[in-house]
Amino acid sequence: MATMTIAKAINEGLRASLENDPKTLLMGEDIGELGGVYRVTDGLKKDFGAMRVVDSPLAESGIIGTAIGLALRGYRPICEIQFDGFVFPGFNQITTQLAKLRTRSDGMLSAPVVIRIPYGGGIGSIEHHSESPEALFAHTAGLRIITPSNAQDAYWMIQQAVTCEDPVIVFEPKRRYWLKGEVDTSAPVGDPFSAHVLRSGTDATIVAYGPLVPVALAAAAAAEEDGHSVEVIDLRSISPIDFDTVTESVTRTGRLIVAHEAPTFGGIGGEIAARISERAFLSLEAPVIRVGGFHMPYPVARVEEHYLPDIDRILEALDRAFAY
Amino acid sequence: MNSSRLPAAEFEVEEVVRATLPAEPDGEPGVTTLQVLAPDGTMASGLTATIAGEHVDFSPYLAADDAGHLRSLYRDMFLIRRFDQESTALQRQGQLALWVPLTGQEGAQIGSGRALAPQDYAFPTYREHGVALTRGVELSDILRLFRGVTNGGWDPRERNFHLYTLVLAAQSPHAVGYAMGLQRDQLADPSLPPAATIAYFGDGASSEGDIHESMVFAASFDAPVVFFCQNNQWAISVPSSVQTKVPLARRAEGYGFPGVRVDGNDVVTVEAVTRWALERARSGKGPVLIEAYTYRMSAHTTADDPTKYRLTRDEQEWQPRDPLARLETYLRAAGLADDAFFEDLGAEAAAMATDLRKAVLAMTAPDLESRFAAVYAEPHPLIQEELRFFQQYEAGFADEGKQA
Repeated sequence: MATMTIAKAINEGLRASLENDPKTLLMGEDIGELGGVYRVTDGLKKDFGAMRVVDSPLAESGIIGTAIGLALRGYRPICEIQFDGFVFPGFNQITTQLAKLRTRSDGMLSAPVVIRIPYGGGIGSIEHHSESPEALFAHTAGLRIITPSNAQDAYWMIQQAVTCEDPVIVFEPKRRYWLKGEVDTSAPVGDPFSAHVLRSGTDATIVAYGPLVPVALAAAAAAEEDGHSVEVIDLRSISPIDFDTVTESVTRTGRLIVAHEAPTFGGIGGEIAARISERAFLSLEAPVIRVGGFHMPYPVARVEEHYLPDIDRILEALDRAFAY
Repeated sequence: MNSSRLPAAEFEVEEVVRATLPAEPDGEPGVTTLQVLAPDGTMASGLTATIAGEHVDFSPYLAADDAGHLRSLYRDMFLIRRFDQESTALQRQGQLALWVPLTGQEGAQIGSGRALAPQDYAFPTYREHGVALTRGVELSDILRLFRGVTNGGWDPRERNFHLYTLVLAAQSPHAVGYAMGLQRDQLADPSLPPAATIAYFGDGASSEGDIHESMVFAASFDAPVVFFCQNNQWAISVPSSVQTKVPLARRAEGYGFPGVRVDGNDVVTVEAVTRWALERARSGKGPVLIEAYTYRMSAHTTADDPTKYRLTRDEQEWQPRDPLARLETYLRAAGLADDAFFEDLGAEAAAMATDLRKAVLAMTAPDLESRFAAVYAEPHPLIQEELRFFQQYEAGFADEGKQA
């Protein structure tokens, strides 16, 4: 067991991937000498060389597009997109090419490309540096999307993404990069596409993922002081979603809150609400309530604390659920 | 030009269109069009050029003296034109959803395709039927895409010929990435035969960002890739002058690698220059851009109507530059092919067309069920759930049928 930050855990996970498989390589902007703008790839170029840790030209479509070509040649490229808001020049390659390669080839070709994207707000940054675009990718069949919320998951999930035969986007909760946690490098965390129950409860369930998992846990702790026993599920995988785990929880608790930073409209919370209403309608004591961003471009940093779901917003949603 | 201020009624449509047509290939400033086999069927004895300051003698790459090879180039061009005609007919008869004709571009495609070594890998757009033929792809497999029974049609790894890509230029970075993989393979195992990739695109796609980004990547990493642009003058209805203000071959200068324009209707030159470019790329000297100057003699697709935007007169001007006619003239004049050769070839093409038609008519639609299995490589709970629903739903109709 070692204590490390999420950023360091991903760094160590990438290092393990590079050591385990000579076909893996990293590509991205400023990931070499600098170690990435968040230093997640720190030291890897020094140890693995420029052919395996590639400082790419500043071109996201080129990064994803050449990664697809490398994958066709048998490599396992791990791409870093510098910030959430800068993935869009590569959106075409991700959605029209990467996601469809397997289906277009009638299952003959695989595209085991990993795309790492630091995402989410709460860092006081400028425009395009705080977004949560995961739903745009979740809507695209052919992709898998995961998001770790702690160091242990971060260390293992990046490696599991690399060994997966399908393309995987790893959304990394950038405001939690420096959150420390215990990492057991000898014990894999199981299926990366499954949800984990982090806290047991009997009265309501909160589903959260990525940067909002610590917020959900804090809200559950606060609710306990008010006499409510609240279960917290870390979704971990956004596509596919582990609806079995969520359904099982809701059939026991009867109430469900889904929290994410992304705008609620057309978001992952809406998908979960719909599925759970289909699967557990008779168990529900209240409508599924979503807590998320508003239908606006991510606001300026000076007001983001009012925009981002926090403990109080989740507690308010719990209050509404309990009022039914 | 202030013509946009004129009332529409004053436009002479013909004049507007003609004004945007590029000048004669040889008359365009700043670029030389390489050619050994002239439209009149005469063959020059050699070919040299200075490309990006490099003096190149293409003689070792020219097949001009090899009668058997020239006949086989003609045969490929003839067969693929017949394939094109039969496919167009199949579309007109409702057997294909759409067809993308290549007539006029046989020289560019057969010449470049025949230059490839078996270990090279080609990344086509969607009109490269001639290249597919040179790679040994079953021609009927191409029509599976256009009949709507698959979005692919062949195993790209068997023929080193990637699937058609309909999003323009998207395959260009794939070709560069694959070439970067070849570089790494070569480093890991120097005994591997050197290999290169070739990215096909057109004058229209040259405006796409993916062409720019892939050229930057290729140049930065000296990737063994040849960018092969078929400038067929038209991106559906928009002339190439809207895509570029300089000859496309010259764009390579800006990326720091050689660019060369060839007469795309001269199969002999296309093959020689592509051989040179591929060899250069395989030897570690980095990418080359080849602009094959040609003409789309037919419509963009069978859904297109060229009479809306270009003149029969212009099509007629290109007719004498036809890639097949000039090689036939040469072969006959040089006594390298006789009537029997052309008659036999006609019979071979007719038989091929008959077989093709049979193959197309026998193509059946896949089950939707099979599509569920081709989305992900690994098990996926949502796919499994939706497949179960679909199967039960379909089974419900079967039960109804029995009761009735």
